[in-house]
Amino acid sequence: MTARIGVVTFPGTLDDRDTQRAVRVAGAEAVPLWHRDKDLKQVDAVVLPGGFSYGDYLRAGAISRFSPVMATIIGQAKAGMPVLGICNGFQVLCEAHLLPGAMLRNTELHFVCRDQRLRVETAATAWTADYAAGQEISIPLKNIDGRYTADEHTLDELEAEGRVAFRYATAGATADGYGNPNGSLRDIAGITNAAGNVVGLMPHPEHAVEPLVGTGRTDGLGFFTSVLKKLVTA
Amino acid sequence: MSRMSLDTVKQAEQTPEADQPWKELGLKQDEYERIREILGRRPTGAELAMYSVMWSEHCSYKSSKVHLKQFGEKAPQTDALLVGIGENAGVVDVGQGYAVTFKIESHNHPSYIEPYQGAATGVGGIVRDILAMGARPVAVMDPLRFGAADHPDTKRVLPGVVAGIGGYGNCLGLPNIGGEVVFDPCYQGNPLVNALCVGVMKHEDIHLAKASGAGNKVILYGARTGGDGIGGVSVLASETFDSTGPSRRPAVQVGDPFQEKLLIECTLEIFREKLVAGIQDLGGAGLSCATSELASAGSGGMRVELDTVPLRDATLSPEEILMSESQERMCAIVEPGKVDRFLEICEKWDVIATVIGEVTEGTRLEIFWHGEQIVDVPPRSVAHEGPTYQRPYARPQWQDALQADHAGLLARPADAAELRAQVLALVGSPNQASKAWVTDQYDRFVQGNTVLAQPEDSGIVRIDEDTNLGVAIATDGNGRYAKLDPYTGAQLALAEAYRNVAATGAKPLAISDCLNFGSPEDPAVMWQFAEATRGLADGCLTLGTPVTGGNVSLYNQTGEVAIHPTPVVAVLGVIDDVTRRTPIAFADEGHLLYLLGDTRDELSGSAWAQVVHDHLGGLPPAVDLERERLLGEILISASRDGMVDAAHDLSDGGLIQAVTESCLRGGLGARLVVPDGLDAFTFLFSESAGRAVVAVPRSEELRFTDMCGARGLPATRIGVVDGDAIDVQGQFALPLAELRAAHESAIPALLA
Repeated sequence: MTARIGVVTFPGTLDDRDTQRAVRVAGAEAVPLWHRDKDLKQVDAVVLPGGFSYGDYLRAGAISRFSPVMATIIGQAKAGMPVLGICNGFQVLCEAHLLPGAMLRNTELHFVCRDQRLRVETAATAWTADYAAGQEISIPLKNIDGRYTADEHTLDELEAEGRVAFRYATAGATADGYGNPNGSLRDIAGITNAAGNVVGLMPHPEHAVEPLVGTGRTDGLGFFTSVLKKLVTA
Repeated sequence: MSRMSLDTVKQAEQTPEADQPWKELGLKQDEYERIREILGRRPTGAELAMYSVMWSEHCSYKSSKVHLKQFGEKAPQTDALLVGIGENAGVVDVGQGYAVTFKIESHNHPSYIEPYQGAATGVGGIVRDILAMGARPVAVMDPLRFGAADHPDTKRVLPGVVAGIGGYGNCLGLPNIGGEVVFDPCYQGNPLVNALCVGVMKHEDIHLAKASGAGNKVILYGARTGGDGIGGVSVLASETFDSTGPSRRPAVQVGDPFQEKLLIECTLEIFREKLVAGIQDLGGAGLSCATSELASAGSGGMRVELDTVPLRDATLSPEEILMSESQERMCAIVEPGKVDRFLEICEKWDVIATVIGEVTEGTRLEIFWHGEQIVDVPPRSVAHEGPTYQRPYARPQWQDALQADHAGLLARPADAAELRAQVLALVGSPNQASKAWVTDQYDRFVQGNTVLAQPEDSGIVRIDEDTNLGVAIATDGNGRYAKLDPYTGAQLALAEAYRNVAATGAKPLAISDCLNFGSPEDPAVMWQFAEATRGLADGCLTLGTPVTGGNVSLYNQTGEVAIHPTPVVAVLGVIDDVTRRTPIAFADEGHLLYLLGDTRDELSGSAWAQVVHDHLGGLPPAVDLERERLLGEILISASRDGMVDAAHDLSDGGLIQAVTESCLRGGLGARLVVPDGLDAFTFLFSESAGRAVVAVPRSEELRFTDMCGARGLPATRIGVVDGDAIDVQGQFALPLAELRAAHESAIPALLA
């Protein structure tokens, strides 16, 4: 028996099949979940993949957050089930108030697709245990509304509680994917809840799991192996 | 056409002399008379609307048809072609039971008027063409051409076009894996926005656009029909812009990529359950096109209740509904027993679907509006029997003078310092500079199968995760070459795209083309068109790559001035094992650099002539397609057998451009030696065709040179991958940092 990891498809989700593949590459079973379905099919963890759910109309993630599947996921997440939100999935988690803050339009006002250098700030989450705090990884970034924003108080709280999970790596060179690509406050690329089971980030670990495709790196595989180990040993 | 009184078939019979707006709808007098002849009466307003859009240049190919015929007549023998010209897109067998469909189309005119929506709906339209064949779309590419990079209007058009392509394509989840960005003042008032899509299916999943089986239902599904894009094909794409006329903006469609994404997933699920007997997307000419083409290709009869069409604007007249080019709509022919399941799947995806009619025993396309008949036509006369023109054509008088003014008359660099400065100017010029500012606005990773994407020679996507089967696509075109000699220019575009696919290790199989030209009413333009199509057809015959379909865009001119003739060629190739693909990057020190092919003094039409002298004249580089084929075979063998680690085709900008790109991509320099018999200038800047540069590991050198020797392909050792500069021995050294600054900062400096 291996872990069952659910991957949600909302109308307009794009990276669901890629995420299912990443789950399989890590050795877990990928279970497709449909937005209209409240039933999570006994999955052990859930990924909300990237895309433009509901066309990002109104506000990215604002409509998906009210889907039947989210009603169940919100309850399960509060009960400790590992949940990862990638890009649009991160936006949904913020809209659902499982994570604080919001994403604004990138400062350059256009879509950015690139291989992005990140610093993993904490290994103390369900999705980052296979990394070391301070480790740098490169995974693809691709969005137009990726500028993380929250009020000063929230930002201070996130920092103090060690809940900034990933930062855009700005040290060193300006080329090769270094630098804050979108104006995110305090270079924040991803955050976790206090319990460490709910994690959201803008870049895409599911696009960096095979050496053959994408950027040719496998730096994103650790997200999926982290949660798998936690679930199998739990 | 009054909205107050409905123009029925009955009324048309009773009022034969009623005044009709055929001229305003873009029809010529003789065309209008032919419609009356076909029908034996005057057309109704609705019929007139249908004929006007379907007989437009854009839909009927009336000026180009006589020349396009050659693509069929001269088609090479091949087993690879499963569906040829005439369907929504051609289909090619790539082995292992897979079929690949691909096509390139233009959305030039709308993109000038409204860059964002024009470009966005161009992506949407080509994606639906691919979807309609039964395939899942797996990648897109956009060959783009704009006016001068430093012209203020380019700063309006280019960012809008790029944002539109990104805004639509990114939202569909289709990786954008290639394309081109070219600047030339000739495109100032007529930017070229071509869009390509490629899709994959199993052989048995191929679907065709035809309505057969009396009693089968006609289902319109997708977006509601609105008032956008009315007359887009007849008014916009088939006439020359008149800058003093009223704004054409209402003729441009507005896209909703979210709706299209739902349409894709919904349609693929419908295909999986085998619920459709025929299918057609709604693009140019909207319902007029879909109903008449489906009926025409099928048994011939169809009855449509037009008032059942879901509308975004309830005040639309029947004529407007028939002409509307509202996006994100499809039309399917479904057996009665499968209708319920079809509608169920549409409901699952929140897609509106409506039964609007059925296939009939008859031979007429009949359309009703609240019970009254407004259309009664033979569908073939609308869809397939439009007018054909033998436009006069003549070699322009200025052609001789243009060809006589060759690049041999231009001053060449006097010393090594000047040569160095010209290299730096070339790699930092808008056409030769990095286009990352553009392509970083497109998602190239989505779907998780992108093996190679721009700036590689071709884009490669994996289509089977277990066997690693993949397809490669490259698009190329060079309007400067084609202006100097349209026949050769078209073959050079074909040769370059062919070479680009082979350089990555894939075997070229077939092509699609987008033929962008000026007004067919100008005999000089028609001559360019005739020469280019002849060149392309001859070239495809020699290379064994059939034309599977494509698109013609005419009237790309402002006033009397036409764009350069710009045939853009997309070559599709197959690679059995994508792990063997060859990238452009020089990534290993010590690898030996070999120049394959012959380098001649061919600088006319070159990037060097443009950048250094702002010059266009002479004859383009000579084409030798047999040599291209040999070069391709060597590149493919070398890739398969692991003899080369990198390969880059040589085209505009010559050797120095290719070496610069490969060095910057790999982060390593190169030491180059000018071969015997060549001067440094020709070595670096010549644009002789049929060439590539490859990086060979020392352990493979003998095997590789033996292969080239045995096959008779000239291979000249020109240097080694080494250091952090491009060092042309005895001439100059250029640090990579300096090259990178010039190459990567040019476009952001102009546009950001």
